[in-house]
Amino acid sequence: MSALAVPTTEKESAPGGTVVYRHRLSTRLWHWTNAVVLVVMLMSGLMIFNAHPRLYWGGYGANPDHPWLQIGANDDGGYLRVGGLVLGTTGVLGEWSDEGGVHHRAFPGWATLPSTYDLATSRRWHLTFAWVFALGILGYLVWSLVDGHLRRDIAPTKHELTPDHVWGDVKAHATLRFPKGKAARRYNVLQKLAYAGTLLGLIPLMVLTGLTMSPGMDAAWPWLLDLFGGRQSARSIHFIVAFLLVLFIVVHLLMVVLAGPINEVRSMITGRYRLPKE
Amino acid sequence: MSRIITRRGLLRRGALGAGGLLLAGCDPLDLSSPVPAFLRLGEAVAYHTHRLIGADSLAREYEAAEMSPDFRTNGNTMPTSAAYRAEMARGFAGWRLAVDGEVEKPGAYSLAELGNMPSRTQITRHDCVEGWSAIGQWTGVPLAVLLDQVRPKPGARYAVFHCADDFDGTAYYESIDMVDARHKQTILAYAMNGRTLPVGHGAPLRLRVERQLGYKQAKYVMRVEMVADLAAVRGGGGGFWEDTTGYDWYAGV
Repeated sequence: MSALAVPTTEKESAPGGTVVYRHRLSTRLWHWTNAVVLVVMLMSGLMIFNAHPRLYWGGYGANPDHPWLQIGANDDGGYLRVGGLVLGTTGVLGEWSDEGGVHHRAFPGWATLPSTYDLATSRRWHLTFAWVFALGILGYLVWSLVDGHLRRDIAPTKHELTPDHVWGDVKAHATLRFPKGKAARRYNVLQKLAYAGTLLGLIPLMVLTGLTMSPGMDAAWPWLLDLFGGRQSARSIHFIVAFLLVLFIVVHLLMVVLAGPINEVRSMITGRYRLPKE
Repeated sequence: MSRIITRRGLLRRGALGAGGLLLAGCDPLDLSSPVPAFLRLGEAVAYHTHRLIGADSLAREYEAAEMSPDFRTNGNTMPTSAAYRAEMARGFAGWRLAVDGEVEKPGAYSLAELGNMPSRTQITRHDCVEGWSAIGQWTGVPLAVLLDQVRPKPGARYAVFHCADDFDGTAYYESIDMVDARHKQTILAYAMNGRTLPVGHGAPLRLRVERQLGYKQAKYVMRVEMVADLAAVRGGGGGFWEDTTGYDWYAGV
């Protein structure tokens, strides 16, 4: 399942312009499965959130209690409240309209699955695809540990983690100078940190906080409640991490576009990648 | 958002028709049905997983200091049936809980009789399907104690709870399997937070099945019926919301 090609002597010295085999079939299948699953999870999750658009810290949290985040509507229109900060969000959050008229609901229909208020159906999408998501990441992590993909391709080296190297990579990204030729065969340190953070941090957090919201799982695995400080805290973390995952996807897509979308997307479909010319 | 479902949603579901609900079980590609059949996989996998990894596991029990200051009500808070109102006016003095169906020795129990049986008090978390949680204290008779008295026949596989409340004339009901029916924390509660169960929370008797979501915690329980099969009971889905909106029958997630 390693993402990067097995190097051969000939390929290792391949100059820019050479087509190399970069992504194995298992990586490509896993990537596109996740792409579909994440869209389903996000959109059905937003519909589930619409059923109670308030977030709390601790074990309990309901209408009489104080939410740290709330999306709602009042006489002035839609709003997002985070702590003491209130943002007017009419048209996007809390109050928005479509061809059916004006709606008072947290996330708009174009962002949710299904597009209308339907908690039963959104839960079924979410809780069925959750199994694909959770078993996918579990299988990926186990296999990547066994075959060395994490150590070989994802874990940054000591040298890569020096401030000079990281800063150099930040500058290269900021000025859109991407690796060329042989250097493009490996992930750069910012890529490694982004992928490691997502694979080892965000996605496992997403799965574990999701499990903590299940009263059946809390009984079977009570340590989940202790790990996250209660069910409502887990629900809040689930929501925050979902937005970090959206951020990852946005940056990921931006990088694909900037680095050469046809070459990048082709490499994730056929596995073959043309090394950028030096 | 305080109600689990809007009336408009109910009407829309009604317009789709019971035929769609029935078809959902046999045609995985019928996307016009309220719930495509493949999306029921999550419920089935969760149910079997939970039974496998912790059939007898206990829900977390909390300290008194961890309780919600204000435990909100939800769903119906005052049944409209004349029979219920008459019982309520008499403090449920003439009320009897019927326990029958696939049992050797059907019974009917007054509140005083239930109060004299072994009881269990537990401080647990109530999780609504909408996402909120409230922590409260419940006291009641373990369902297992009642089952030992009526002795379910070998074919009994589910406990069905028939309730006094309704939505637009459709009676509320719920059901659980025998693992949950015999679970240590499954009680029929007659007291909440140290006081007689209020009408808003389901007086005189409500189910607490602590490893499932709020809509399984049937209020205003009038009768427990042991059955071999849920298909023959009312809409066949095992509960009011299951029949009318497609909520999962297994609500452990």
